[in-house]
Amino acid sequence: MNPTNYLYLSAILFSIGAVGVIVRKNAIVVFMCIELMLNAANLAFVTFAKINGNLEGQVMAFFTMVVAACEVVVGLAIIVTIFRSRRSASVDDASLLSR
Amino acid sequence: MTSENLVYLIALPLFSSALLMLLGRKADKWGHVFATLISASTFVVGAMEFFAMIDRPEASRAVTQKLFTWISVGTFNVDAGLLLDQLSIAFVLLITGVGTLIHVYSIAYMSHDRDRRRFFAYLNFFIAAMLLLVLGDSYLNLYVGWEGVGLASYLLIGFWNQKPEYATAAKKAFVANRVGDFGLSVAVMIAFANFGAVSFIGIEEKVSGASETALTAMGLMLLLAAAGKSAQFPLQAWLGDAMAGPTPVSALIHAATMVTAGVYLITRSNFVFDNAPTAQLAVVLVGTITLLFGAIIGMAKDDIKKALAASTMSQIGYMIMASGFGPAGYAFAIMHLLTHGFFKAGMFLGAGSVMHGMNDEVNMRRYGGLAKLMPITSITFGLGYLAIIGVPPFAGFYSKDKIIETAFNAGGVQGVLFGSAALLGAVITAFYMTRLMLMTFFGNKRWAEGSEPHESPFLMWAPMAVLAVGSVASGYLLYSGKAIVKWLAPVVDKDHHEHAEFLPPIVVTTLAVVAVIIGVSIAFIKYRGELSERAPSEVSIFTRVTRRDLLQDDANEFLFMRPGQKLTQLLVKTDESVIDGAVRAVGTSALGSARGMRKLQTGYVRNYALLILIGALVALFAALVVTL
Amino acid sequence: MSGESALFWVLAPLAVLASVAMLFMKKAVHSAILLAWVMITLAIFYIALEAPFLGIVQIVVYTGAVMMLFLFILMLVGVDSSDSLVEKIKGIRSVAIFTALAFSLTLITFIARAELGRPSVGLDEANSGGNVEGLAQYLFSDYVWAFEVISALLITAALGAMVLAHSEKSDVARTSQKSRSIARFRGKSIATAAGLPGSGVYARNNALDLPALLPDGKPSDLSIAEVLHRRGDVAESKSYELEGLPKIDDEGNK
Repeated sequence: MNPTNYLYLSAILFSIGAVGVIVRKNAIVVFMCIELMLNAANLAFVTFAKINGNLEGQVMAFFTMVVAACEVVVGLAIIVTIFRSRRSASVDDASLLSR
Repeated sequence: MTSENLVYLIALPLFSSALLMLLGRKADKWGHVFATLISASTFVVGAMEFFAMIDRPEASRAVTQKLFTWISVGTFNVDAGLLLDQLSIAFVLLITGVGTLIHVYSIAYMSHDRDRRRFFAYLNFFIAAMLLLVLGDSYLNLYVGWEGVGLASYLLIGFWNQKPEYATAAKKAFVANRVGDFGLSVAVMIAFANFGAVSFIGIEEKVSGASETALTAMGLMLLLAAAGKSAQFPLQAWLGDAMAGPTPVSALIHAATMVTAGVYLITRSNFVFDNAPTAQLAVVLVGTITLLFGAIIGMAKDDIKKALAASTMSQIGYMIMASGFGPAGYAFAIMHLLTHGFFKAGMFLGAGSVMHGMNDEVNMRRYGGLAKLMPITSITFGLGYLAIIGVPPFAGFYSKDKIIETAFNAGGVQGVLFGSAALLGAVITAFYMTRLMLMTFFGNKRWAEGSEPHESPFLMWAPMAVLAVGSVASGYLLYSGKAIVKWLAPVVDKDHHEHAEFLPPIVVTTLAVVAVIIGVSIAFIKYRGELSERAPSEVSIFTRVTRRDLLQDDANEFLFMRPGQKLTQLLVKTDESVIDGAVRAVGTSALGSARGMRKLQTGYVRNYALLILIGALVALFAALVVTL
Repeated sequence: MSGESALFWVLAPLAVLASVAMLFMKKAVHSAILLAWVMITLAIFYIALEAPFLGIVQIVVYTGAVMMLFLFILMLVGVDSSDSLVEKIKGIRSVAIFTALAFSLTLITFIARAELGRPSVGLDEANSGGNVEGLAQYLFSDYVWAFEVISALLITAALGAMVLAHSEKSDVARTSQKSRSIARFRGKSIATAAGLPGSGVYARNNALDLPALLPDGKPSDLSIAEVLHRRGDVAESKSYELEGLPKIDDEGNK
């Protein structure tokens, strides 16, 4: 079974995640879609590790996971703070920088 | 030979002019007297030089003075130098002599004018510039004086610049002069390109080896310059309007001196014209056309000054025509120039005197019967009149007669043509001058209400009297023993040609006298009786056209002014819409694009995320395309 | 058809379906569950790709911790809060879908055209000492610097979250009931120990034409009907004013 199939899957999942970021309005769902994109990238790394025959891809994926976890923590904290002051979790409501 | 005095001729009046202009109102009380004294002193210097020149042997009569090195670029060296030879001394004496007389006249004529001091400053400046013109030893030095007299003419014509018409007349004169100046610059350029020198002596040496085309081209350009300055066809339209200036200005500049600068130029460039027959023919043609043109216009003018201006145009046409006949004619052109200086200046001063007595009225239809009330004026004017129409033994007879003779002597069909034209011109001159005399000094009194004609003060009639003496005697003095011819020969006729005679001189003289009699009689018959104070309106088409100056202004307007204006308007429009439009378009497009790009700033995070995705897509696509 | 390919061809479409469905869910919790499903699928793939350590870490850390964190926040924000699926920004959906489609197509083309120069090597040799040992070999020698930095990042993230989630105590000390009671009894007069009377408590009369008294003792014109004002039938309320009430002047000072 050709490992490149995993790469195709990774590309598809990434694009779906991108659409999700743009289309959804709830800030937390947007975050979840970002997580999906990160996961897709991870899959690609691991596949390349198998293809190239060394573990560096997996190390990269490992680091990505850690960074993703930190990012989720801080991002959700920010969402909570915004929600406290504005009572809304919608991304569209933070549009004060418009022309 | 060098002399140290030449520079004073120019420096004195220039200094006086600068002083009077800089001191302003403080010099109002004594400015005019000071200027007149300075002018007289230049005459004294000129006379001294003249007598010194007579004493010297013929070969060494010319003197030079180098003032400083003006231009020194590579092999091109032009000195600011002065040259006084037999030709220039004649002009120097004319300019300073007549100039001083007119200064004296102006003291009285301009006594009621608040700006009299400024007038004298300009007069002195003119004297300085004109002297520089005739004393310059190269075309470039002449050019400086040329420009200077153009400027002085502009300043003096528009002296009463409170009236817009006068200022416009000054502009018109300056623009017409400028066209001529262009010709002079091109001539200098041709000279430098072909001869590598611009001084008279330098060019004269190289002329024999030059191509005739170059010489013809240079000659034609010099003719253009002369036409501009001397109001010859086709640049003659400014002279009538130049009468807007005060009468002393008309007398000095537009009768005796500045307008004769063209004749000086052609005579001085004799070495060019003598070797370019085509250019000479052009000169003669221009002169002939102008002498007839001026005479015809003079017949229909009711303004006394404009009639005299037309007469000047015509007489200078005679001079130009004569100078186009080569060595045979140069001396007579100069002779006529000198005699004309006397009688024309005298007549202009007389006209000024009449105007002074008639409350500045210029329309001859409102004169009449002034002879008894202004005796001195009418006598001096009358002597000038007799001189100009060519009654022997007055001055004009000698000079004009000689010109007509030279015209006939040119030989062949050409000679007969030009000679006949000159004779016809004499007829018409006699006609309109007699008309002028009859309308002004004789006949019924047609004065306006409240006119009290009176004789002018001493300071005004004294110069007129001196000039009248010149009108009477100068012709004889200049010609007796062929004095003028022999005097000028070293300058204009070095090889002492023998000139062919087509008709015996006595025949020509008779013809000339007959022409005068015909002209006087016709005028007498027409203008002898009672004249009305209004010009007749039922007149032939010929009269109507002549009253409009033979449509000279209309022609200029149609040929040059309107196309020029259209061109200017087109250029302005192009500048505004195309060039400024392009600049504005830059601004507008920047604004427009900014307005468009502002729409990107929606404030929505999702839009920005979309833009990021699009950017990533573009980058990826580019990478794909590169590897294809 | 090997086991791995069967695994792939069964689970991969499911994963794609789940992620697409994630976009359409009205309730955010449903999206979270679907994402958890995708992550588990990916964990299975990691194990299939000879990365067992990563697979387990994916389940434990990602699905277990991160997704749970998401669910907790959803609870804070409001589990029932549902997104309106009406799109306010015109055209953004079509453009986004089109762009993402183009993006994926470009990526797929890239991958298809990529030549790796050799067939897939496989991780048998790299995993010869065990996957964990192999990873540890990399982590603590080649990438030890990145490792340290990542740990610093973790600490920073935790601190950041604490700072952001912290709520400030207000400056003014909130008074407790006890302190308020003491203040009342130690006040100016015992008469106010039970608190000041409410409005209208001292009204002596409820007649229509008697104006009510304002707190400072002045009669209120508003308490009388306009008709009575016009008729001049307003009675004097001066006799009803109470002494001993603290007089308040026009500035409101006692």
